[in-house]
Amino acid sequence: MPSGVGLVETRRTVVFDGDRPLRLDSGAEIPRVEVAYETYGELNSDRSNAVFICHALSGDANAAGHHEGEDPDRPGWWDNIIGPGRPLDTDRLFVVSANVLGGCKGTTGPSSTDPATGKPYGLRFPLIQVRDLVEVHRALLAELGIERLLAAVGGSLGGMQVLQWAIDHPGEIDGALVIAASARLSAQNIAFSAVAREAIMRDPDFNDGDYYETGKRPDRGLGLARMIGHITYLSEESMREKFGRRIQDAELPRFGFDVDFQVESYLHYQGQSFVERFDANTDLYLGRAMDYFNPFDDPVRVQRQIEAGDTSFLVLSFDSDWRFSTPHSREVAGELRLAGAPVTFREIASPHGHDSFLFPIPDYHETVTEFMERLASQRGIGSA
Amino acid sequence: MRPDLDIVAGLVDRGSRVLDLGCGDGALLENLIDEHGCSGLGVERDQDGFHACISRGVPVTQGDLEAELQEIDSGAFDVAILSLTLQAVRHPDRVLAEMKRVAARQIVSLPNFGHWRPRAGLALRGRMPVTPILPYEWYDTPNIHLCTLRDFEQLAADTQMRIERRVVLNGDGEAESGPAKLMPNLLGQGAVYSLDG
Repeated sequence: MPSGVGLVETRRTVVFDGDRPLRLDSGAEIPRVEVAYETYGELNSDRSNAVFICHALSGDANAAGHHEGEDPDRPGWWDNIIGPGRPLDTDRLFVVSANVLGGCKGTTGPSSTDPATGKPYGLRFPLIQVRDLVEVHRALLAELGIERLLAAVGGSLGGMQVLQWAIDHPGEIDGALVIAASARLSAQNIAFSAVAREAIMRDPDFNDGDYYETGKRPDRGLGLARMIGHITYLSEESMREKFGRRIQDAELPRFGFDVDFQVESYLHYQGQSFVERFDANTDLYLGRAMDYFNPFDDPVRVQRQIEAGDTSFLVLSFDSDWRFSTPHSREVAGELRLAGAPVTFREIASPHGHDSFLFPIPDYHETVTEFMERLASQRGIGSA
Repeated sequence: MRPDLDIVAGLVDRGSRVLDLGCGDGALLENLIDEHGCSGLGVERDQDGFHACISRGVPVTQGDLEAELQEIDSGAFDVAILSLTLQAVRHPDRVLAEMKRVAARQIVSLPNFGHWRPRAGLALRGRMPVTPILPYEWYDTPNIHLCTLRDFEQLAADTQMRIERRVVLNGDGEAESGPAKLMPNLLGQGAVYSLDG
């Protein structure tokens, strides 16, 4: 693989403030919204080469490259798809990646200070929807002087943002890449989400969301929520390959209730490392935004919106993904096609479950490359 | 574009919603979308064909057409096209019935195993025929359900499909004008059928 974008930095900008608060879809307002974002590549003179990356639940603005003082071998969460010669080719594209509204990686969220009280919002942060996340992305693009995207790209919750964006704002996106996403969570998805939420809210240290100043965070609850989530991100096959029934640090089982199997140790590690970098309230808010997501609830409106725009869609699923399995993506493709949108759909073979969208699977990356090639050539964007 | 696809394109009404099953590199759909104001969807199993469709800007689903047909709503299309592919599917009768379910009109083209060359190959040489329109050896052919034009017309009748039009093809996939029109099952290398259910 050619080397990536290299050293990058996260910048911050205030996109709603003062006279112009963020008005949410629910009608509630957030007086001040700051966004943390990164950019890779150069914006061309007619501003036609911008690509927006929407991240999934636990992502952040650092999609590619590494920060000053950090290990170059541990770059951003989607580094394998962004960079010179990669499917989102920064030699000719200008890639923008931002932490979402409600996040905990620099963009305003429940851990931010509520200007009304001078204290962190906690659960006084208003409930947000995927649509609100999109409005904040659009405000950032307006700051950057970008009116139209060559592409919006996202996996999982990221793909849901891309889908909502393309429906709500016809004429803003040439190509929408909706990967391992869903148009509506299934009862099973919502059930897993409920258990994860309960795990956090039942932690005694949760303190109704006001744990920022108590010195005790709901780490056990958030760690448990992450362990549950992580099981749904992998597949039975990938877990079997990775861990099987092997015992951690020993040949023979120790027989007891402590961590013994490798898979248990791995889950504990995932939970533990997650609490060190993530905020429990953000997990609650973004999880709930996913639960309520329903962009096709008004098919007549969707059809009108799709007809008013000219977005072409690439919908991708992975055969081992059981969180947002292929029928979820088929539903997305089917609803979009019913509304008259041009949709290309493919199920990719991969053993990595829901996390597959983060892996450099050749079939997957080739398809993204072809789709981006087509979008770029339509706008006369050549190779650098 | 292949001459037989030109003939198919000529049978599609302007502005139709078109489903092209086994659409290959998407050349026919691109032509129908760009030149005939159609909207379209291709289904293609082969990765190179699928990617060629993407580069042409033709919406496509990657997958097996027999499986993908089942995912499509009844009446979702005006025209369903199957070009030189019927003989390669597992269940030709079910595919025809499914095409009838998803589209009001069907356009099917197929090679004719009743043409005199395959007949002669088998009768005189005692070998499975290899002809310009059927260029494979018996062991590596994708064509697992070869039939004659007469066989196909019988299946169409059994499926309650009306043959609205038939264009007989020569070995280059062009429309025959001479004697083949009189004796298509013996002299035609293939045919394009326009059917309605």
